[in-house]
Amino acid sequence: MNIYLPIAEVSVNAFVLLGLGGLVGILSGMFGVGGGFLMTPLLFFIGIPPAVAVATEANQIVASSFSGVLAHVKRKTVDFKMGGVLLIGGLVGAALGVVVFNYLKSLGQVDLLVKLCYVLFLGVVGSLMFAESLRALRKSKQVAVAKPRKKRGLVHVLPFKMRFRVSGLYISIIPPIVVGVAVGVLAAIMGVGGGFVMVPAMIYLLGMPTKVVVGTSLFQIIFVTAFTTMLHATTNYTVDMVLAVLLLIGGVIGAQFGTMIGAKLKAEQLRILLALMVLLVCAKLAMDLIVEPAELFSLGVAGGH
Amino acid sequence: MQGLFARVLIALLAFTGPVSAQDIVLGMSKNEIGITAFFNGSEILIFGALKHETATSSAGDLDVVVTIASPRTPVTVRRKDKRLGIWVNVEAFDVDLAPSFYAVATTGPFDRVVSKASDLWHQISVRQLIRAVAVPPVTLNKDQFTEALVRVREEQGLYQLLPGSVQLQEQTLFSTSVSLPANLVEGAYSARIFVLRDGEVVSQYQTAIDVHKVGIERWLYNLAHERPVVYGLLSLAIAVFSGWAAAAAFRLLRG
Repeated sequence: MNIYLPIAEVSVNAFVLLGLGGLVGILSGMFGVGGGFLMTPLLFFIGIPPAVAVATEANQIVASSFSGVLAHVKRKTVDFKMGGVLLIGGLVGAALGVVVFNYLKSLGQVDLLVKLCYVLFLGVVGSLMFAESLRALRKSKQVAVAKPRKKRGLVHVLPFKMRFRVSGLYISIIPPIVVGVAVGVLAAIMGVGGGFVMVPAMIYLLGMPTKVVVGTSLFQIIFVTAFTTMLHATTNYTVDMVLAVLLLIGGVIGAQFGTMIGAKLKAEQLRILLALMVLLVCAKLAMDLIVEPAELFSLGVAGGH
Repeated sequence: MQGLFARVLIALLAFTGPVSAQDIVLGMSKNEIGITAFFNGSEILIFGALKHETATSSAGDLDVVVTIASPRTPVTVRRKDKRLGIWVNVEAFDVDLAPSFYAVATTGPFDRVVSKASDLWHQISVRQLIRAVAVPPVTLNKDQFTEALVRVREEQGLYQLLPGSVQLQEQTLFSTSVSLPANLVEGAYSARIFVLRDGEVVSQYQTAIDVHKVGIERWLYNLAHERPVVYGLLSLAIAVFSGWAAAAAFRLLRG
């Protein structure tokens, strides 16, 4: 069944969109990532104009994250306090990111920079996570109970300490804010929620327990993507409501299943799966840059991207 | 420059000889296309009759060409090349105005039906139509870019050449049908009908087909452009509501 999208001005199969939404929703619920880094390239692939894909994707992530976070709230695996601190940084970062994005756009070649950003970050984050979770998986097999690490790092030395009861942490608020800003900048440039960078940062930099990380990341992503949606809707008029609704029907249902699956898996397994998926997307994007394309010419709207 | 010169020349030549007028009576299955939510392309039937002032048997056979064009918009064509081991856009060329949809239906092979000069003057083929408006400072490989534009859009089914799809009966009655794709852009489309003899245009007729969004499509498009804040908030409200609804439904399902 084909449906005509009023803003994108293309006609696409509604079931394809529902399916894509469902798939990305499952990932979202499982790993606490918005799934934008996966969905945005998929939407390009089925012929949605890039500007509409990026803006509408932000709107869809709001829905799947909200759906996912409700399940986590019920399980009490959301650290609202930490989420709030990260969010402050995130919004500042997102605003900064838009400025950086416009600057890069004025230089030209913004598409290439976005792609290189993807390859670089997905590659680094993916391999670090993969190596670490492989080590953790091996360790947990040898010793029945893995000892929680109690290292005193930078997070404990810096001032402005705060107690995060849900995460079981007593750390300075400076690192979470810095993480929030960094992720916010990246999110705005790459047009995603930033969960795939946020999740590892929370685990490895802030030392949060994996179970809390997913819910907290989703909580934070809701607000960052809502902010992005409004920004796109009011400046570029590129949010396609029909496209968003189709994606999010699939997305919210998928997110519920994803959360169920996530609850059954061990933290190490969860991390290794996310790492593999991140590496897969990275490899695909890198291939696109390296392999000679079948058509060397591409069409775009004159005067912009 | 060359194209311009050629066109001026043809224009002058056109005034020297008498052109026998052929009146065209045209009918179309529709002159308005509404894009609804379930719009899935549209078939448009174009038919008509040629009114002859003189006996047709004296001269050669007539041919009919029907073109349908969407409104024209600027397009940037980019070329990729390998730099430092990766494929990046290295060159861009702006085609000032190109239709997003263009169909040419003819009674026979295009090159036989339309002479080069007629094509140049009346911009019948899509290549001439695009070239006619693209007059930037001469670049070395301009043709390469316009050619790429045509190739990409032909592959997408947006530029169609339909030789032999116009039926002409008794040198008088003609009919053809053109299917418009689902990916139509709004605007005033133009349908042109050319009557040709020995490759030269003896008569032409032009009419408009109005393509516009209707119903919910129209409403959403207007809202997004006229009240973007309301539209954005509505989008977010739908997102939050469906997120909540899904979570609530699953809670019920699991008891």
